[in-house]
Order: sequence, then structure tokens, then C-alpha cells
Amino acid sequence: MTDTIIIGGGHNGLVCAAYLAKAGHKVTVLEARDKVGGAAVTREFAPGFKVSACAHLLYLLDEGIQKELALASHGLSMAATDLATMAMDEQGQHIRISGARIEGANVTDADQAAMTEYHRYMSRFAAVLGGLNNRVPPRLGTSTGKDLRSLARLGWNIRKMGKHDMRDFLRITGINVYDVLQEEFDNELLKGALSVDGVLGSFLGTRSNNSVFCALHRMSQGGRYSLPEGGMGAVSNAIAAAATQYGAEIRTSSPVKRLLLDFDQVSGVELENGEQLMAKTVVSSADPKTTFNQLLGPQHLEAGFANKIKHLRSRGCVAKLHLALDSLPVFTGLGETQSGNRLLIAPSMNYVERAFNHAKYGEYSEHPVIEITLPSIHDDSVAPQGQHVLSANVQWAPTDLKMGWAEAKHGFTEAVIDVIARYAPDIRSSILHTEMLTPEDIEQQFLIGGGHWHHVELAMDQFLMMRPVPGAAQYASPVDGLWLCGAGSHPGGGVMGCAGRNAANAILKTNRG
Amino acid sequence: MRTVRFDSRDHYRNKVYPSPFHSRQKELNGLKEWSRWFDYLSVPAYTCPTMEYFSGRNTCGVFDITPMVKHLVSGPDALAYMNRLVTRDVAKIKPGRVGYAVWCTDEGQVIDDGTIFHLREGVYRLCSQEHQIDWMMINANGFDVNIIEDTHDVAGLALQGPTSCATLKRMGLTGIEDLTPFGLRYFDLDGIELMVSRTGYTGDLGYELWIDAGYAELLWDRVFAAGELHQIQPMGSDALEMLRIEAGFILAGADFMPAQHTVRPTHTRSPFELGLGWLVDFKKPVFNGRRALLAEKENGSRYALVKLDIEGNKPADSSYVYSSTNKNIGWITSAMWSPSAKKNIALATVETPHGAVGEEMLVEIYYQRELKWSRVKAKARVVKDAFFDPPRRRQTPPADW
Repeated sequence: MTDTIIIGGGHNGLVCAAYLAKAGHKVTVLEARDKVGGAAVTREFAPGFKVSACAHLLYLLDEGIQKELALASHGLSMAATDLATMAMDEQGQHIRISGARIEGANVTDADQAAMTEYHRYMSRFAAVLGGLNNRVPPRLGTSTGKDLRSLARLGWNIRKMGKHDMRDFLRITGINVYDVLQEEFDNELLKGALSVDGVLGSFLGTRSNNSVFCALHRMSQGGRYSLPEGGMGAVSNAIAAAATQYGAEIRTSSPVKRLLLDFDQVSGVELENGEQLMAKTVVSSADPKTTFNQLLGPQHLEAGFANKIKHLRSRGCVAKLHLALDSLPVFTGLGETQSGNRLLIAPSMNYVERAFNHAKYGEYSEHPVIEITLPSIHDDSVAPQGQHVLSANVQWAPTDLKMGWAEAKHGFTEAVIDVIARYAPDIRSSILHTEMLTPEDIEQQFLIGGGHWHHVELAMDQFLMMRPVPGAAQYASPVDGLWLCGAGSHPGGGVMGCAGRNAANAILKTNRG
Repeated sequence: MRTVRFDSRDHYRNKVYPSPFHSRQKELNGLKEWSRWFDYLSVPAYTCPTMEYFSGRNTCGVFDITPMVKHLVSGPDALAYMNRLVTRDVAKIKPGRVGYAVWCTDEGQVIDDGTIFHLREGVYRLCSQEHQIDWMMINANGFDVNIIEDTHDVAGLALQGPTSCATLKRMGLTGIEDLTPFGLRYFDLDGIELMVSRTGYTGDLGYELWIDAGYAELLWDRVFAAGELHQIQPMGSDALEMLRIEAGFILAGADFMPAQHTVRPTHTRSPFELGLGWLVDFKKPVFNGRRALLAEKENGSRYALVKLDIEGNKPADSSYVYSSTNKNIGWITSAMWSPSAKKNIALATVETPHGAVGEEMLVEIYYQRELKWSRVKAKARVVKDAFFDPPRRRQTPPADW
């Protein structure tokens, strides 16, 4: 007899399972696919070529979780750490961005000075947000000591930045990355690359409000890019191993069809194969719309809450391109040693904004923003000797494409490779195999409603005590026995694990009474 | 007479429509005054509000209820939908029956009150005070239901008073006398379907008549022809207001603020705070506001709505209410001198724990005599029952007049 069921064996579901099992809960994880990991998964896409099929860079995973679950002892190691970001230039005049340091042919002292200041305050502001990542958000409008203390702590953390930084924090957090970068920098290429941090994974352009907030979220755990040995699946496998060691049972190929109710509370789940599993606590790591609209059914919720869930913004907009390559691609002006970094094709902020424009009207961009990694440079296990894997996030490509993805996919794939070929002219000749995952594919293969990385858009109105919506922001749903632990909950997606751990803490606290 | 044509491109230019009974109301409206009731012109008083009030208590008053907002809910999930929407158990309202109901926000605050007519198996009419179609569509998410607002398609007339049954009998509605309170029945009026429910907003013997709006004038003419011997009179909204206060019925916008029209969150009211706890059925696993109302039941309510019997004869409109120790504890929401109960009556909102039946309070009444203002602090007592509650209200068959 299990007392806790966790729906979904993605990294957050597994983290939640590990912490609950560690505290003595009898936990069963039900994963729909044949292996765990969700969007943090490694899979073979061509014979001998493996790739992190959805998320491909590790930059948010919480250090505390890594230590507490001893992920290193469960096989997690890094193939590369502290990757630089290369702002790619067609003529080869790239800029290398590593923390606050920038290098490149056209980088001036003024650019470096601006970057030093920008990096200073952005890191500082990000740390304030990051300080919230490991906390259950406070409730508004209550007078309980815990909630008030939590709000006071947030206020104090902002206040203690001092007058100058506090004012700037309050000024820029809600506005757009275009205006802030325009204030600081002259270098178009640098601004283009930095602006991507504000929009990657979100349905926002550089001039959209909330884009500064997204950039801060991206930096909220330090903002350093790593590649796990064996791909992102290694992260999930290590967490799964920790959970299993603590006694959690993980069942793959067990898709949940619906939640079972006993009068007004959740009492278990029914699997697609008809099997019923009963449990007092059911924790869903699925996105909120899937959890409430499909697994539970909006008719079992009060109408105001159901309506808020219905109107969550969760349009995915990133496609994923995987290339199996016969040889290492040569990017103009980029040495072999630099090719293993995070390569960004975003030559200017206007280029980024124009790429976004199409998505607003249900079209894909033929000149998209592209974030490229070549993990095989660092990790021999993902490609045959001498051959390579290219993994790229491509933005924007909206889930709800007007012409339909079945018809558009081929043309889109060719357009993306054409853009990459402007920077690596000979790349087409070395392509052995191509896989393109549109947001629609991501939705279906990784079971994320809307195909959105963060399940629901990361934005100030869908963050902290408002994520996913008020009434479910402390991981407990309005239906007794049903909890949330996925990216749709605070503090959101990216392979971080905090939502899973915070949910476990909230559940343990409630069960202790 | 159809007065609203939504197929016309210009329908939005009209803000207020004449009622389908307008041609008849116009002839009888001696004061030539019109008021607005949402989408329609309404008559505040035809000749004299007091005389019209007495027709509702002593003979038969006719009031046009067409402007009342009406919705039709049908489809396989109609019952489940209604049960999630309102706080009471709709399964207990059998076909051919009518039930009073309130519905709430998730916070357990009353959005509106109204009546549910179970027209035919699985087909419901919801009549409300306020426009509700937006909230009703929001509520449809996840249910297989058809919802339409048919306010403009259905004309309604309320016949209220002791001779209302006799009037309908004379009109040829055979068997109307067997209709019990909160029952509804269909009749044939010259080949047109006429629905009659034994309902009303006066706390007296009375009926409401519902017909396709295209046949409104036919209905009006037949009702007035049959009622001539029974002293039938048209009645305006001023008279109805007096009748409903005597009956102790609350009015949205007067005795409580509809939750969705309220800016300040503490100014809304729960069903418990309106004395409507009997409409809340926690035996249903889910309905809007359930969680909040369970918590309120546990932790207590902030306010109580009370009926006050006040000494003297000066109506206590908009007065403050004080405890017997002179502490300001609330305010009057509706007040009048009741001609039938011969009492100075009022509905009031008071802070809990005040409001127990029998509790003595003070009401600060400001009144004017030939422009000179005076003030009196009158004693008042909380009473339990309606101020005027004649046995004929429930009697079946009603006495013949």
C-alpha cells in the first residue's frame, strides 16, 4: 500500500519523490513514458547518436538538492562546466561572454565597463529572486506569522540592497530587456545575445514586459552553464536512483488516465490500462492545465479557480533541432576549442524582436534565434568517435501554428539549417541525420500541455504566490489530497528541482499537522 | 409584440427597450413616468403606489416581470452544472417545481439570488436579478450543457393577491387551483403554450405567467378581461418594493451588494450572512464557494441580516443600528411602515454576534417635518418570521373570492 502517488517522473516529480521517500513516505512514481526524465532526458535519435532531447543545458539545478540527494554518488558528473556564451557573427567577429568578461574583435573598453556594471546588478537582483526559489510562497491576505515573516524577508532583501540598487530593482524588474540593454550598451551583437536571456523559452519579444524578469530567473541560481556527462538524462537518472534508494517505487509506461475522487477529495488514480491505485496524497508534476482540466476535470473545481486555470498563458514557442554530423562543423572565425560553448545566433535585438513577430500571428520565423550546443565535443558517449551531435533550441515556433506543423515542419527545418549554414557554411555536407521537434512534438513526446518549457509562462503575474494561480501557489490544490510539484508551480521550470522539493516540504509540513 | 431584434445590425444603438407589454402599459400609465430596469422600460407607478400596493394585498395586482433576466439551461449535464453553480441541491427540485437559490464566488460571497424553474426533465430556467450570462458561460467549462439567455424571448406577468387564482380560473386555466406553492404547470392559451408558476415576490397568494414574447399583448388582454370582476389593477415597481419588504424578501443591490459588482472585498456577503444558510447544502461534493463556506461555518460569520420591528411610525430608511448599550453595530437596508402588519418594519445588517431573534436594538431615525429635521432613537426588536405572512399564501386550493 502506497500513501503517496506522484504523477510524472520528470525531474521535479523525482525530486519530490526522493524527498518524500527520504522522510519515510511510501511513494510510487507513475511515469507515462518508458523511461524517467520528462524533459530532462537523453535519447538516441540516430544510430550511435544521443542527445538531450528537450532541455540541453544545465544552469539552474539547485546545489542544495545535488548535495542532499548525493547526486554525484548516483552517477551525476559534468562533462563541461562554466561554458561561455558566444554571440555569433556571420563574418566571424564573435563576442565571447563569460560571466562579466567579454572578448571579441569589436569589443571596446566602454562595452566591457558597461558589461561589468550590468553583470553586477543583474547578478545581485537575480540573487534576490533566487533566494525565493527554495521557499514555499507566502499567502497574501493572511495574518499568519509565517506568511508575514516570509513577505517581510522579501521586502528586507530588496531594501538592504541600498537606495540605488533597490530603486533600480523596482524600476527594471517589470520592464523589458530591450530598454535596459539600450540604456547600457552600444554594441548591437552584444545586446542581441544578452537579450536572448530575457526571452528564451518564453512567449515574449525583447520589447515585451517581463523579459527582464525572465533574464533574472535564468540567472537566479548563478547562471553558469554546464553539460552533464551522458546528457540531461543523467540528471534524471541520478535523482531516480536517489529516490529508489530511499525506497520510492518508480513505474514507467504507466500513464495516468484520471484522478479518482472520494466525495470531495482525491483518493487515487486510474491508469490508462484501467488499473486503479489508491493513495491519500496524489502529487502531480504534470502542467496545471493537464492536471486540472484532463486528469481531474474542471467540473470538479469551483468555477472561479477553473477559469483561472483555463486562462493561464502556456503557449510553447521553442523548437528543438538535432543534427547527427559526420565531422565537427566549422563556424566561421570560431576555433575548435570555442565551438563547445553555448553558441547564440541573435545578431541584434531587432533581429530577435522580428523573429518574435511571426509567433504572435501563428507563423514560425525563417530567421529565428538559435541556441546551439555541440555536446559531443565534451562527451564521447553521445556520438561515435570523430562524429558529432548538434543540439539547438530554435525560437520562435509557436505551438498553434496557423498552417499546421505537419505541413510546415519540412520547410521550417530547412530554414533553420540555412540560418546555421550562414555561420557554418559547410555544415550541410556533414549532416547524417536530422530530427526536428516542433513545440507540437514536444507537447506530445514530453506530455507538456502547450509544449511550454515552464509549463506556464514565466512572468511576474504568474510567479511566486501567483504561480500557477492564487489558490494553488503553495503546492496544495483546492481539492484535498491533490498537490502540484511541477514547473507550473513556483519557482518554475528549467532543470532546477526546487518546485519538487518545495512541494515535498509543504506536504511533509501538512502531514505533520 | 417582439421588441428586440438581435438580427438587426443596429440593435446596439438601443439602450433601453419597451417591454412587450408596452402598448398596454402606456395606456394605463397615468403618471407618464418610466424607470429603467436593465434592458427595459418599467413603470414605477401607474396611478398611486399605495393603491397599487393594496391591490397586491386585497385583490389582484399585475406586474410586468419581463425585464427579469432569464436563462435556459439544458443538455446531458444540466443538473450537474446547476448543482456546481448554486449552493443548494438542485436534484431536490423535481420537474414541475421551482426553487429559490443563491450562487456564490469561490470565496463564498453571494453573486446573486434567483429562482430555478425545472421546466421539463433536465431543462431548467434560471431567473436572476442581475445579468449572469458571463458567469454562467464561465461555469460551463467542463460540462455538456446548452446555455442561452432568453430574457427577450419570454414575456412574464406576475399576478399577485387574493383574487389572482379566481382571475386565472375565469381566464379558463382549468385546474389552476390545484397548483401548490412553488409548482409550475403548462396551459393552452388559444393554441399558445402558457406556463404558470405559483411563485412571486410578495409573500402572498400569487402566480407568474410566462409566454412567448410575441403573444404578450394577447396574454395581457386575457388576464385583464378575466380579472375585471376581481378588481384587477396594474401594479408598478414602487408597490412591489413595499410588498417584498413586508414579506421579508431581500433584494440584490439594496440589502446586499452582488459580489461581482463590489469593489471592496469586505462589502460582499455570504449566504449565512444573509440568513440563507438553509440554501447551503454541504452534502454536495463541490459547488462554488463550498470550501470558503465550510470555513465560515467553522469560524463564524462577520454579519447577520435581521428583520426589525421598530417602535413608532417613522420609517427608518438608511438609519444606523445600535446595540442596547449604544454601540454602533449596523445599518438599515430596507424600511417602511407596513400597512398590512401595522408595524414599523425594516431589514438591517448587523455585526455578529448581534442579531439573535429577540435581541433589543436601537435605531437612529432622522425624519423631516415641513423641511425641519428631527431625530429619534427608536427601540427595535429582532423578529424571526416574515412581517406579513397570510395563510392564503400556502393554501391549496386557494379560497375563491
